[in-house]
Amino acid sequence: MDRIPILKMGSFLLVTIQVDMHDQLALQLQDDLTARIVAAKARGVLIDISSLEIVDSFIGRMISNIAAMARVLDAETVVVGMQPAVAITLVELGLSLEGVRTALNVDKGMALLHRSLDDQGAEQ
Amino acid sequence: MAAGQVLQQTIARTQNELLAEWLQTQAADGAARPDLMKERELRDQCKEFLALIQEAASTHGLDNVSGSGWATVREFLNGISRTRAVQGFSPAETATFVFSLKKPLFTRLRSEISDAQALADELWAASTLIDKLGLYTTEVYQRTREEVISRQQQELLELSTPVVNLWKDILALPLIGTLDSARTQVVMESLLNKIVETGAAIAIIDITGVPTVDTLVAQHLLKTVAAARLMGADCIISGIRPQIAQTIVHLGVDLSSVSTKATLADAFLVALKRTQSTLPKS
Amino acid sequence: MTASVSISVASRAVLPIRTQEDIVRVRQATRENAVAHGFSLVDQTKLVTAASELARNTLDYGNGGDVEIVRLIDGARKGLRLTFSDQGPGIEDLEKALTDGYSTGGGLGLGLSGARRLSNEFTVDSAPGKGTRVMIARWR
Repeated sequence: MDRIPILKMGSFLLVTIQVDMHDQLALQLQDDLTARIVAAKARGVLIDISSLEIVDSFIGRMISNIAAMARVLDAETVVVGMQPAVAITLVELGLSLEGVRTALNVDKGMALLHRSLDDQGAEQ
Repeated sequence: MAAGQVLQQTIARTQNELLAEWLQTQAADGAARPDLMKERELRDQCKEFLALIQEAASTHGLDNVSGSGWATVREFLNGISRTRAVQGFSPAETATFVFSLKKPLFTRLRSEISDAQALADELWAASTLIDKLGLYTTEVYQRTREEVISRQQQELLELSTPVVNLWKDILALPLIGTLDSARTQVVMESLLNKIVETGAAIAIIDITGVPTVDTLVAQHLLKTVAAARLMGADCIISGIRPQIAQTIVHLGVDLSSVSTKATLADAFLVALKRTQSTLPKS
Repeated sequence: MTASVSISVASRAVLPIRTQEDIVRVRQATRENAVAHGFSLVDQTKLVTAASELARNTLDYGNGGDVEIVRLIDGARKGLRLTFSDQGPGIEDLEKALTDGYSTGGGLGLGLSGARRLSNEFTVDSAPGKGTRVMIARWR
């Protein structure tokens, strides 16, 4: 069974979801990510969904779960690249993806993570 | 002698009368459209067409009109057909440019060829040639019309949903008039696509020009804001008049999650501050 | 729902929903049918998302079943109708599942109410021991 690859970029992890995932693959990703966050001591997770043409309630919950688990492990999650049709449908569906930050693309997502870490550093 | 050669020689020998009669026929059929095209320009087009036909006919014969030998003729027809489609000529008027050449051409052929069989053969060959060229012209015209229509539809849609790139990373959507469900959806999609296109971080939705805001409109606005946020862009709603503010409160619509400003100018200043403070730190 | 005499079926397909891969296939088939029937990108997305929700319900709560995908033509209007059927345990409290979609936290209610929000037409037939049938349709 394939797994979704997780790339390490500095202190962040980047996940690019390009396939039409079946539920098992999504659950596998959650597990893999959690393990990697710990192993890499990652401070941020970028989930690139620019290739996803569908985000249903299952995927939505997967994203929320990842964000929640990451937060427990002191990492922030940013979802990038949501397609307009997907955004419109999610709003119609009533899924709000609470607690998940979003950005237009990977670059802006990284910038967001950096700023957020800088702010945290300043607080300390 | 080959049919192509006969045709070429006939045209060459009777060029002036042919041209005159051809122009006359077009005018008589109402296809000349002096309101859309000057007589001088039409005459030049006819001359060029005749020249190109002569070249192709004598060098490549009349059999393979869709082959490379007749490419220059087709290109020419392509050009004039497209221009006519855009200028507003009707399909019939455009086709007449080619088909009206038949009668003058046949008259010339009759006067040039004395042998009945040879004449019959040549008439048949010339007729087939003009039919094929005429059909080609009609096809090009049709395709062009379809492109024009779809482009006009697109422009109309964009005109009614103008998303303005105000500044780097800042879009403005000045809404005017009533917002029905269908229109709001188009507007929503327009804005979101523009956000992707320009990479904007903030979209200012100005409703100064919207006379009434009912529950549905308010809901649509909120959905647009939510969708933009899911894509990583923030929205500011500006131009909320006192009456609209009252209606919104009265309807129980919760705008607490949305930034609002009295005027577009105010919203712009806020947007500037926000976007400038997010310059990446090196 | 009364069937109008003028509505005709342009095409019909039935797909099994027995595995996770089947859910992916249902999504793809829904997308293909929506595209073929001329739906806009946003409408396609809503259709496929709703189909995904209901297909998952059929597999996870209905113990598997199938979906019938039908392309309809009603004069100038074109519609896509999906009917998900299973012989599973059935939904105990339908009203609760529909209205309480999110608060029950269960995927079933979420999927049902979500699919309803994304569709123009929605009907559900279900009772304990009688299996479940959910129909959604979108028109353009």
